[in-house]
Order: sequence, then structure tokens, then C-alpha cells
Amino acid sequence: MNLLLLFYEFAKVGLFAVGGGLATIPFLQDMGSRTGWFTDAQLTTMIAVSESTPGPMGVNMATYVGYEISGIPGAVIATLGLIFPSIVVIIIIAGFLQKFRQSKTVDAIFCGLRPASTALIASAGLSVAASVLMFHQSGHEIAPGQAVPVIQLFHWPVVILAAAIFVAAKWGPLKKLHPVVFIAFAAVMGIVFQF
Amino acid sequence: MNIYLDLFLTFAKMGVCTFGGGYAMLPILQREVVEKKGWATDEELTDYYAVGQCTPGIIAVNTATFIGFKYKGIPGGILATLGVVFPSVVIITAIAAFISNFAQYPLARHALVGINAAVVALIASSVVKLGKSSLKNAASLVIFLAVLVLGFWVGISPVILIVAAGVVGYVLYGLMKLPKGGKKQ
Repeated sequence: MNLLLLFYEFAKVGLFAVGGGLATIPFLQDMGSRTGWFTDAQLTTMIAVSESTPGPMGVNMATYVGYEISGIPGAVIATLGLIFPSIVVIIIIAGFLQKFRQSKTVDAIFCGLRPASTALIASAGLSVAASVLMFHQSGHEIAPGQAVPVIQLFHWPVVILAAAIFVAAKWGPLKKLHPVVFIAFAAVMGIVFQF
Repeated sequence: MNIYLDLFLTFAKMGVCTFGGGYAMLPILQREVVEKKGWATDEELTDYYAVGQCTPGIIAVNTATFIGFKYKGIPGGILATLGVVFPSVVIITAIAAFISNFAQYPLARHALVGINAAVVALIASSVVKLGKSSLKNAASLVIFLAVLVLGFWVGISPVILIVAAGVVGYVLYGLMKLPKGGKKQ
């Protein structure tokens, strides 16, 4: 019964959280306070771990919460619950799109969606950039009202690393490398230079 | 290799290589699905992200289901999705069981800042690639800039922006018959 309830709770999150993994956080907070399965403090730890381990963050959080509630079966059931609505809804939409692929209306709508979708991806990139490339958001204290020269706002070693990877992935002889190679290299740089 | 096994393993590999949200998965998707396997085009990926962020569920899962379904129907959609979540289940369970304060280790934090720097660079590179197929005329550039400003600086929900962009697309290209630009013309 407990597992069934767990599946149901996470299917609800999967159905109502629209967007990236961050969109699941308010629903998880609500779940924690209603069921008493975990506290806000535990959730904060789970978010930190989910962000810093492989895998999409939303999935990681479901697995983590599920594990904390009922061990390995809980981890599996919570994750399956989270993805269940997506699978159903997307298969219906994808089937619909396949059927109406030739429709001029659908084609016109997608011509408007594509630049918007590209912009939202760019915006997500900017959010990550703001949190890692700039000092004031990465935990380094700047006193309020203190005038800070623009040059001190940036975490320069990280900016240089990001710029170097961008150039290498785009034009250099290294552009054929798998993206994960750049990620692994950057992790090592982060450890070596104590970012 | 069995097609379904290939689908599962390819998406499992993507699950391992993704750090962060569904957007961080994009550079890996382009490499594995567009360039290596040819299961989708850059343009289709843009479409899946557009739909994936205004429908229920998290983006990474929605995109996996989309690609799997397009390639091999319903079983494909299910297997691709199970593939993308499989590494999470294994890795997170191991971490939860053995090291509860993983994110507190300075080593893990330094590595994560580095990883995020790479994620920023790779997303930027993906956006440039997608832009080549999605930003072909003045109207699409205007939509791109408007959504970027409204989404990032004004903070309007992506769901609203996607729906609005769909309406604008319908008005411009459906009703006013604006040329779409690009290779087809």
C-alpha cells in the first residue's frame, strides 16, 4: 500500500510539474509537509545531491526521495511514478503530431515555436552561467551597497575555462570529442584550481 | 545490436552524461541522437524541447519519450525513457545508501563548479547549432530575442511564452503567409 501511495504521489508530481527538474521542488515541498515523509532540510540536501550527480535533476530527486521513504523499491517506484504521466502524454502528442505532420497549420505553429524554444534553451544556459561565472551568486559575499568594479563581479578562472571549452567544442581540432570529455576535463580543472 | 537494446543503452549513456536539468542533456543528445545515430534532426530536437517544456513532466523525460516514440513507436518511447532514468536510480541509490552528505565534500563542490562551466559552454555551443536551423529570417530573430528577454530578465513562465510563440507563428506563417525562409524555399 505504501508503495502504491508513493507511485501515486510521484505520478501527481510528474503530471503537474511542467518544465525542468526545478519545477518539481514546490510539489516535493508540499508532499513532504503533507505526508511527513521528509523535512525541508532533508529536501535541501536531496536537491544539492541531485544537482551534482549524473542524470536529469528531476529524476534524481524522485529516486532520492523514494529511497529515503522505502529503500530500493521506493527509489524505483517513485521514479516510475514520475515518468509515467510523461510517457502517456508525450506518446499521445507525438502520435497526434505524426498524423498532422503535413498540416500547414501545425507547420506554421512550429515555425513560431522553434525560435522561442531556442531562446528558452539560451535562457537556461544564461541562468547556469549567472550562477557559476559570477561572484555575487556563487556564495562569495559582497556587502550590500558596496561599489564593486565590474571586473570583480566575475569568477575569472571559471569564465576562462567556459570560454576555452566553448571555442574548443565549436571550432578547434577537439570539436569531435564527446561532450562528456569536456565535462570530465572541467571537473578535474575545478578540483585542481579549487573553484 | 537489437534496436530496442540500442535505444535503451544510448539513452542510459545520456543519463550518465547529463549534469543538471534537461537543458544540460541537449549537447549530449545532439552528439548521440542527431550526429551518431541519425534518429532525429536538430530541427526536431528544437520541436521536442518546445513541446516538452509546456507539457506535463520534466523536460529530459519528455524529450526521451518523444525521440524513442518517433524512432520505434510506443515500445521505443517507453524504453528510451527507462534508459534515461536507469543510471539515476543506480547512482542516487548508491549515494543515498553510503554517503549522505556527498554534496558537502569540498572536492565535490569544486568539481561541480567546473562541470557547470562546461555545461554553460556546451549549451552555448548547442544554441548556436540550433540557431542555424531555427533562426532563418527577421521574424524568427524577433521571436528569439523577445522570448529571451521576457523569459530570462522579466521572468515570464516558459509555458506562456511557448503558447504565445505558437500563436504568433500561426498568425505570421499561417494567416499572413509570410515566407519561412531557409532551404525549402
